Amino acid sequence: MSEALAHSLFMVGRQTRNLFREPIWIVMMLVQPMFWLLLYSQLFRRVVELPGFETDSYIDFLAPAVVVMTAFFQGTWSGMGMITDLDRGVIERFLATPARRSSLVFSQVLRSGITSVIQGVIILLVALPLGAGNGGPLGWLVILVAGGLISACFAGVSQAVALLTRREATMIAVANFIGLPLMFFSAMLIDFDLIPRWMQWAARFNPVQWAVDAAREPVLASPNWGLVGLSLGLLVAVTAATSAFATWTFRVYQRTL
Amino acid sequence: MDAIVVEGLYKHYGEVEALKGVSFAVHPGEVFGLLGPNGAGKSTTVRILATLTMPGGGRAEVAGWDVVREPDRVRRSIGYVPQASGVDREATARENLTLQGRVQGMRGSGLRARVADLLDIFGLSDAADRTVRGYSGGMKRRLDVALGLVHRPSVLFLDEPTTGLDPEARAAMWEELERLAGQEQLTILLTTHYLEEADRLADRLAIVSHGVVVVQGAPERLKRDLRGEAITLELQDGHGNVAAATLGELEGVHEAALDGRLLRARVENGARAIPGIISALEARRIPVASVTTARPSLDDVYLHFTGRDFRSEDEAGREEERPR
Repeated sequence: MSEALAHSLFMVGRQTRNLFREPIWIVMMLVQPMFWLLLYSQLFRRVVELPGFETDSYIDFLAPAVVVMTAFFQGTWSGMGMITDLDRGVIERFLATPARRSSLVFSQVLRSGITSVIQGVIILLVALPLGAGNGGPLGWLVILVAGGLISACFAGVSQAVALLTRREATMIAVANFIGLPLMFFSAMLIDFDLIPRWMQWAARFNPVQWAVDAAREPVLASPNWGLVGLSLGLLVAVTAATSAFATWTFRVYQRTL
Repeated sequence: MDAIVVEGLYKHYGEVEALKGVSFAVHPGEVFGLLGPNGAGKSTTVRILATLTMPGGGRAEVAGWDVVREPDRVRRSIGYVPQASGVDREATARENLTLQGRVQGMRGSGLRARVADLLDIFGLSDAADRTVRGYSGGMKRRLDVALGLVHRPSVLFLDEPTTGLDPEARAAMWEELERLAGQEQLTILLTTHYLEEADRLADRLAIVSHGVVVVQGAPERLKRDLRGEAITLELQDGHGNVAAATLGELEGVHEAALDGRLLRARVENGARAIPGIISALEARRIPVASVTTARPSLDDVYLHFTGRDFRSEDEAGREEERPR
């Protein structure tokens, strides 16, 4: 186990080093969330005046959701890194060494989570001067944990898709196919009580909604910490499940060699 | 004890039988060549020995460990240089080598020193801290080989080490590999579809064709066992098929084969056979531009044991290769 963890950290080290070598990507990945944070929050500023909204600051309400949204998309697209490594023979090179098999997959999940936490910090730093207090340090911590978990959760799914299809085109199709629906079947942009009943029902089974619940609750006037705990717990459980699934697909991939 | 033992190795991909019972053994410290055209089963064999692919049948041992039952022991004993480079192009040579050493269980100053040594040996010291993206083909290939050597393996697998290199880089790589081969404790298994590469580097070789080993032995012995001489006739124009048929009818002339305007055959004694050949061709009004004789080459060995011309089969094999 400790060897698997050590190998995962070596691999994560490699991936983050490559990422920081081209810091332009970190900026590029933050362009979209900035639009949501800076423009969308202004466009819908007065939405909080609707009865049923539990806050009177939309930016305060939106910032945690932008962190979650960015993390969610980061996760769904993380399989592209695996496909590049498969195409370039990097994975095969490691397969001929004692590198733990699980570390080759798990490092990608870990890398996705870490990237999302870094992005979350930047988003919160931008949101702060715009008036998003976001529940103080404890709230920030919960937001970042929720972001890291939702990213890792869908990274597991994305790695599995990458390993089963090994094609960029399929990967792009799947990421697009699950991305927007899961985002809209959640209370990301609006209060949960204001979305239609049947969508509420669907949202309860949506991990993205769990992350939104966990990240947003500390911001509200009377936070429900029980819901925060439950949501984070569910996210940990699903992340463990998707990581295990991704590790299993790696064995499927190995059998095709 | 042999460094590599392969017995009746079998592998199929769907309907395609890649290996149909390959057997050979490699002694410690020797350079063993697997020679054959594209698609013959060389890479599949190496991939099984490097624990990447599970065999469908048969048995293989590397450095004393069974590749199916003890894959991790095998992985600690081998270096594997794949046909297509597996380097991380966004990382530097030093970073690539360091990570490779870490997953092999090396660390600290020992690892740093080993990495610096390898960079030096393979002439990459100046480029060590640049990302591999900017490397030339030859530099990248040298790094591939260095990656396989970080943990001082006892067995090194080189899958087509010079394919895709320009002649200059290939010559440099051959010198590098000859130096490596000089190290007594290192056993090298090399696959190649270049006859001259096998001839120059391998102590012994096995010719692989359509998933089986057709012959094995030292290159010199294989050539010596083909008695007689190779004869090459350059035809002035056309009539190649008629000429080949004519030669086939002559006594003491074997394995006549046409390659463009060149007609090759094997004879017991060149000086005695040539007058008869020329007059037989002239009787059919086929003019001959030139005649040369030579001691048999590996090309002739290949033709003799497979009944096929190496170059044309290599082209055909390229078409059949399984898509990756």
